[in-house]
This record gives sequence, structure tokens and C-alpha cells, in this order.
Amino acid sequence: MHQDWINALFGGVIIGIAVSLMLLWNGRVTGISGIINGTLSPLKGDTGWRVLFIIGLLLGGLALKVLNPNIFSGNLETDTWTTVVAGLLVGFGTILGSGCTSGHGVCGISRMSVRSLVATIIFISAGVVAVVVFRRLGVFL
Amino acid sequence: MKNRLAALVVGFIFAIGLGISGMTQPQKVVGFLDVFGKWDPSLIFVMVGGIIVHFVTYKLIRKRKSPLLHTSWHVPTKNEITPALVTGALLFGIGWGLGGFCPGPAVTSLASFELRPLLFVASMLAGMFLFRLLDKKMQIKK
Repeated sequence: MHQDWINALFGGVIIGIAVSLMLLWNGRVTGISGIINGTLSPLKGDTGWRVLFIIGLLLGGLALKVLNPNIFSGNLETDTWTTVVAGLLVGFGTILGSGCTSGHGVCGISRMSVRSLVATIIFISAGVVAVVVFRRLGVFL
Repeated sequence: MKNRLAALVVGFIFAIGLGISGMTQPQKVVGFLDVFGKWDPSLIFVMVGGIIVHFVTYKLIRKRKSPLLHTSWHVPTKNEITPALVTGALLFGIGWGLGGFCPGPAVTSLASFELRPLLFVASMLAGMFLFRLLDKKMQIKK
């Protein structure tokens, strides 16, 4: 239990350093949904950094897999369609709402954006309600 | 060129942070959201850690005239709470609870070479496309 808290805090600090470097170097917010969305309609001169950021995430993922494959354990036991619906909602919702956990939750709140604070409270609350409801409905097998 | 490499480095560090924090384990994420069940609050410290660091660095960095590798700042300045913001956050939250993935951890988890993250990311991209189609037709973001 305690180790989980320490890991979470330590991981969070590393994420804080990453988004700080993005701001210092490129002057940008590290909003992952927005970065991904920007690659779907490539604009000249505004795509390369996005693609390389995503490659960086994947390389980081590979490094994690080599160091400790358990980092990717704990998949949900839900059926295939649940995963599809979840992905659709996350893709659609993050673009409609202009951000996700990284852009609103970390970057936005850090610069005291009221929009981001409101969005974060809403998506965490919606997630809490969703888990209660889906558990009742037996979505999590 | 340099700012592209910078983005690569940031992506790498970000993924390491996600992995260490526990965000790449969907069961843990659902446990975090399961406030009225077997609640595992540990993941709140991911946000706490990130915000503490960036709250300080943001102020320091923005004292500069410009970023190191770019000519200008690209930081959002919008203040309005719009229906799009609220609805989007609601939908995202439901999907997050249902799948246990938000965008960053989902992409990072592609490196596990398992089917579920791949399916999730493909669906997420489809959701982004769907948004574009609807927005073009009905301008739902206004």
C-alpha cells in the first residue's frame, strides 16, 4: 500500500518534470489528447514534434517493458466491445472537452486555469459514477 | 529539428513517469475511481506530484521572454466554461472509468504488445475522427 503511494508520487514528479521541459524547450502544454489529435490533420511544420513525442512515449513504454513487464499488468476483465466503447468515449470526449488528464489535470491546474480545474473535477466525478454504475451492471467481469 | 528531439525526450520521460506511477495498470485506475467500493486512492498522488513540480516551474519558466527552442509560447488562454468543455469532460470520464485508460497510458501501453491497449487506441482515434465529422457538420464545439 505505502509503496504504491510513493510510486504514484514519484511517477507524478517525473511527469511534472516532463511537462516542465516541454514548456521550457518548446513553449507548449503537454496535453496528450491534443498532441495525438493534431497528427490526424497534419499541418505543415506542426506535425513532426507531435509524432516524435508519441514515438518518445512508445520508446519509454518499451524501456518499461524491458525493466519491469508488470508495469503493464492489471488489464481489465471486460469484453471486447467495452474496450471499444471506452476508447470511442475517451477520443471523442477529450477533443470536445479540449483535454485529458495531462493537459487539464496536470498542466492546466498547475497554471491555475479554472477551465482545467472544472474539467478535471467533472471527468474524475464522471469516472467515479461510471465505475459504480458499470460495476452494478456487471460490466467488469 | 531540435524542438522535435526535445518532444521525443519529453515523451520518453513522460512514459517512464506514467509507468512508475501505476497509471498504465487499468485495474488500478478503476480502483482509484471506485470511491464507493474498494477504493485505492494512491493515484491521486500522481496528480499531486505533477502539479507541485509544475506549479513552481511554470511560474519560473514563464518569466522568460520565449521558450529555449521556439520563438513563442503556445499556452491556452481561454477562460470560459463552455458546454463543450463540460460535456467533453463528462464523456471522457465515463470512458476512463469504463476502460481504465486515459490517452497517455493507453499509447504507452502499446509497448506491451497486448491486444487491449491496441484496441483501445484504435477506438480512441476513431472517436477523435468521429468528433471531427460531427464538428464539421454541426459545429458542436461552439
